[in-house]
Amino acid sequence: MAGFLFRRLLNYVVLIVVATSLAYMLAAGALNPRANYEGRNPPIPPAVVDARLTELNLNDKTPLFERYLTWAGGVAHGDFGTMVTGGPVNEDLARRLGVTLRLITIGLVLGSVTGVLVGAYAAVRQYGAFDRVSTGASFFVLAIPTVVLANMLIIAAVWVNGLLPQPIVYVSGEFSAGSTGGFWAQAVDRVQHLILPTISLSLGLIAVYSRYQRNMMLDVLGADFIRTAMAKGLRRRTALIKHALRTALIPAVTYFAFTFGALLVGTTFTEKIFGWHGMGEQLVNSIYTNDVNSVAAISCFAAFAVLVASLASDVLHAVLDPRVRVG
Amino acid sequence: MSDPVLEVTGLDVTFGSGPGAVHAVRGVGYALRPGEVLGIVGESGSGKSVTSLAVMGLLPPHARVTGSVRLKGQEILGASEKRLTAFRGKTISMVFQDPLSALTPVYRVGDQIAEAVRIHQDVSGQAADRRAVELLDLVGIPNPAQRARAFPHEFSGGMRQRAVIAMAIANDPDVIICDEPTTALDVTIQAQVLEVLKTAQRETGAAIVMITHDLGVVAGFVDRVLVMYAGRPVETGSVDDVYYRPRMPYTIGLLGSVPRLDLGGRRRLVPIEGNPPSPDALPPGCPFAPRCPLVVPACDAAEPPLEPVGPGDRRAACIRAGEIEEGRIPPGEVYARSGAGRAGRPAAPGAGAGERRPPVPRGERGVVLEVDGLIRHYPLMKGAVFKRRVGTVYAVDGIGFDIREGETLGLVGESGCGKTTTLMEILELARPQRGTVTVLGRDTAAMTSRERLAVRRDMQVVFQDPLASLDPRMTVHDILAEPLRTHGVRDPGPRVRELLTLVGLDRQHAARYPQDFSGGQRQRIGIARALALEPRLIVLDEPVSALDVSIQAGVINLLEDLKDRLGLSYLFVAHDLSVVRHIADRIAVMYLGRIAEIGQVDRVYDTPMHPYTQALLSAIPLPDPEKERSRVRILLEGDLPSPAAPPSGCRFRTRCPKFRDVLSDGERERCVDEEPAVRVLDEDQGAACHYAEKIKVV
Ligand SMILES: Nc1ncnc2c1ncn2[C@@H]1O[C@H](COP(=O)(O)OP(=O)(O)OP(=O)(O)O)[C@@H](O)[C@H]1O
Ligand code: SF4
Ligand code: SF4
Ligand SMILES: [Mg+2]
Repeated sequence: MAGFLFRRLLNYVVLIVVATSLAYMLAAGALNPRANYEGRNPPIPPAVVDARLTELNLNDKTPLFERYLTWAGGVAHGDFGTMVTGGPVNEDLARRLGVTLRLITIGLVLGSVTGVLVGAYAAVRQYGAFDRVSTGASFFVLAIPTVVLANMLIIAAVWVNGLLPQPIVYVSGEFSAGSTGGFWAQAVDRVQHLILPTISLSLGLIAVYSRYQRNMMLDVLGADFIRTAMAKGLRRRTALIKHALRTALIPAVTYFAFTFGALLVGTTFTEKIFGWHGMGEQLVNSIYTNDVNSVAAISCFAAFAVLVASLASDVLHAVLDPRVRVG
Repeated sequence: MSDPVLEVTGLDVTFGSGPGAVHAVRGVGYALRPGEVLGIVGESGSGKSVTSLAVMGLLPPHARVTGSVRLKGQEILGASEKRLTAFRGKTISMVFQDPLSALTPVYRVGDQIAEAVRIHQDVSGQAADRRAVELLDLVGIPNPAQRARAFPHEFSGGMRQRAVIAMAIANDPDVIICDEPTTALDVTIQAQVLEVLKTAQRETGAAIVMITHDLGVVAGFVDRVLVMYAGRPVETGSVDDVYYRPRMPYTIGLLGSVPRLDLGGRRRLVPIEGNPPSPDALPPGCPFAPRCPLVVPACDAAEPPLEPVGPGDRRAACIRAGEIEEGRIPPGEVYARSGAGRAGRPAAPGAGAGERRPPVPRGERGVVLEVDGLIRHYPLMKGAVFKRRVGTVYAVDGIGFDIREGETLGLVGESGCGKTTTLMEILELARPQRGTVTVLGRDTAAMTSRERLAVRRDMQVVFQDPLASLDPRMTVHDILAEPLRTHGVRDPGPRVRELLTLVGLDRQHAARYPQDFSGGQRQRIGIARALALEPRLIVLDEPVSALDVSIQAGVINLLEDLKDRLGLSYLFVAHDLSVVRHIADRIAVMYLGRIAEIGQVDRVYDTPMHPYTQALLSAIPLPDPEKERSRVRILLEGDLPSPAAPPSGCRFRTRCPKFRDVLSDGERERCVDEEPAVRVLDEDQGAACHYAEKIKVV
C-alpha cells in the first residue's frame, strides 16, 4: 500500500507540474497586463509601465520562456509571485482559501449528508410519496442554473427580512463591515452571512447526492444479502442501515472527497453572487485584471486540489471496500 | 406422530391489485414434522420462492399474504416485527440461491456468522467469534480460523454457500428453508454442499424445506415432495410415491421430460407442450388444462382441489387422478396419446426416435471440424493506474478433438474450464495463438477473407440466452431473413416460412417480435436463424440451460430431429451431463483448459476411465429415489484451482481421489512430475491419466 501510494504521488507531482506550466504559458501568452496601464489619464510613460511590468515578471517584451523560468524558479521556492495590484499572490490566496473553505466545508457536509439520507430513504420507499417529491425537487434544482437559484434565494431572503423588524440573514459579504460587538456578536453576524450561500451551495449538492444515493441504494436493496441479514433475525431497519446503507455508501463517500477538491476553486458563481472573496471569485477576477501570476497560481492549486481529492477518494474507496483493497 | 414444527395452511400471496394483480401463490399448505425433509419442486415462476419468503415474512410490503403459518404451534403470519425477528434465524432460518450475493460484501465472513450468533444468544464478542470458527469448521471450510477473517469475495461460490449454511445453523434452528441452494453451483460443488446440508441436519436435527427445480437433487434428499404448478400445489406425497407412482399429469410429464444420466440408448424425451400460464391470466379451471393430454371438458369447470388419491397421504389436484390410480390410464401412456392435448403437437418434424440413418463407420465420414493442440492464454493484469502483467491465465492449454459428418460432440466441464474460450477460438476463424483449427477442411490460419465468408455460411452458432442474441426491434421474419439477404437471397419469404415450420413454430408468428415469445420458442427462433443458410456444422453454447425441463425436452428433441434430417454436425457445449448424454454421440470432458477424457458417449458414461469424469458423473443426482439412496458418491475435495496457476504434472492431482487414496508414493511421483496426455485406451475412448481404469459409477 505504501509503495502504491508513493508511485501514485509521484505520478501526481508530474501531472501538476505539467498542468501548471501549461496554464502559465497559456495565461502569459493570452492575457495582456500591459492593457491595465493603457488609456489612463494622464498617460503613464511607457518606460514606467515597462519597469513596472518587468518588476512583476509580466513584461511581454521579455521572451515567454524566460518569464516562465523566472516564474518557475519562484514557484520552486514556494513563491507564486506578485499580483498586478502589488500584494504577494501567496498571501492573497491563503486568505481566500480560508474564506472558500469556510463556505464549502459546511455546504458540502450539509449537502452530502442530507442528500445521502434523502436518497437512501427515497430508495427504501421507492415510488412512495417521499420518493416522488424528492425526485421532482431534485430535478427541479438540477435544472435551474446556480445563478438563478442564488438570486431566487436572495429575493426570498430580502422578502423575509422585510417582514421582520431586523434582518436575520444577510445577502452579501462575509461579515458586516462596521460591526463592533464582542466575540459572540461577531460570530452571530458571520453565521447570518453564511446561511444563504451555504443553502445555495448545498441545495445543488443535495440534489446530486440524493439521485446518486438513491440509485446505489436501489441496487443494494435487491441484493440477497439484505434478505440474509433479515433471515438471521435482524430488524428491517438494522439490516437496512448496517448492511444496505453501509454498502451503498461507498460510492457516495468517495464522491465526497472528489467534490471537495473540485469545489475548492469551483464555487465561482456562489462566491460572486454573495460577495464572498474566495478562490472561485479570484479565478474570474484575475482573468479580468490580466493577472497572469494569480491565474497560474490558482490553476496550480486547482490541479493540486483535484488530484489530492482523487487520491483521497481512491484511498477512501480502498478503506471502505474490501473488494478493491490492494495487496 | 409428533406435532408439526411448521404448518402452512391456505397460503395466498398477491402482488399489486386490480386487473394487473399477480396471484403468485394460491392455497399452498404443508406440514413439516421435526427432522423431516420436504422437497418443493416446480418450474420457474411456479411460486416456490414466494411461498418460502412468505413463510419467513420477508416479502416486500406491497405483497398481500393471507392464510396461516404456524411455527411450533404459534401463528407467525402477520406477527409484529419484534416477534418475527425473535423467530427468524433462531427457530427458522433460510439459505438462498445465489451465494455470490448472499453475504454482505463489506464485512468479514466470520463477523457475519458471529452477528447471527449474537442476535439470538447473549454471548461475548469473542465467544461469538469462536462459535463462528467452529461453524465454519463444521461446514467443511479448511483453516476456519484464518478463513473467518476473509471477505466474501475471497471465497469461491461453494465456500460462500457453506458460510451461508453455517449462518443458518448458528442457532440450532428447528426449520431450515433452502431455496435452490445448489442451483448456481457446479455439480461437483453441488455434491459437496448437499453433503454439508446433510451434516447440518444431523447436527441440528432440523427439519428442512428443500426448494428446487432439479428433480435429481430432491430424489435422494427428501422424505416427501410437493409439486407446484402455477402457484398451487398439484401433487404431494412420499418421494417414492411421487416419483414411481405419479398421479397428476403434470408430474408425469415433468418426470418424462428429464434427460436421464443413467439410461443409455436413445429414449426420446417427452416434452410438455405449451407454456406455464402467466400468473395474471390463469385459465378458468385446472391451470394445467391447456397443456394436459388428458383434458376433458369438466376440467374447465373449476379448479380441482388437492384431494387424497389412493392409500397413504398422497394427494393430487386432478379430476382424473382416480382413473390413473385405478390403472385405467397407465401413467406411461398419458403422453403417448399424442394429439390429445388441446395445444396440439406441431407435426413432429422428421422421423421419430430410434430410426436413424444406416450407420456409416466413423472413420469413413468426412471431418467437419478438427482442433489440434489449441492454446489460448490470457495475460493476467493487475493494478489500476500502472497495469502490469503478473501472470498468465491458461484458459485453453492444448486441446484437440475432431467432429465427423453427422456427429454431435458434447464438450462438457465445470465453469471456468475453458469451454467458452474454445468455442470462441473456433468461431473467430483466425489463426489461434498456437495449434490449428480446421473447419470444413480449411485451416483457419491460412484462410482468405472470401473463404472465411464461405465457412461462416457453413458454420452457425446458437447461444445460451435466446433473448440477448435476438434483436428486440426486429420481427421474427426480419431476423430470419437477414442472413439470407446478406448471402444474396432476393426473396427470403418462402424460406422463412419453411424455417419456421422446420423448428415447430407457427408461420403466422413471423410478424411478431422476440419478446412476444416464451424462452423455448425464442430458442427455436435462434435455431431457425442458424439453419437459414443450410449450414453443415452448428456450434451450440449451452442452448437449453436457460430453459425449464418441460420446455428443454422439446428443444432437445428438435435438435435431434434436425440433425437426423439435415445431416448436421453439432459441437454442443454444456455443463449438464444428462443433456449431453442424451444428445451427443461423442463427449469431451474438459478440466482446467485440457481434455481429461474423450470418447464415444455410452462408453464414457458407462465406464469412465479418468478419475475426474468418474467424480463428475457420480456427483450428478439422478431423478430416481431408490438409486439415489443407494449410491455411493465420489466426492471431490476443494475447489477448482485457479487457471492462472494449474498444478504441476497432472492438473487434476490436487483433487484426484485416486491420487489421494489409492496410489502408492512411487506412483504419485509420476502424477506430480509428468503431465498426462490423452491416450486412447479402448476403441474410441481416451483419457489423460497415467493410471486410467474403467469404473462404473452411475
Ligand atoms: N416482488 C414481486 N412483485 C411482483 N411479482 C412477483 C414478485 N416476486 C415474485 N413475483 C411473481 O410471483 C410468481 C412466482 O415467483 P417465484 O419467484 O416464487 O417463482 P419460483 O417458483 O421461485 O421460480 P424460480 O424457479 O425461477 O425461482 C412469478 O410470476 C413472479 O413473477
Ligand atoms: S384436471 Fe383435467 S386438465 Fe387438469 S390435470 Fe387433470 S385431467 Fe388434466
Ligand atoms: S494422472 Fe494421477 S493425479 Fe492425474 S488423474 Fe490420473 S491418477 Fe489422478
Ligand atoms: Mg425461486
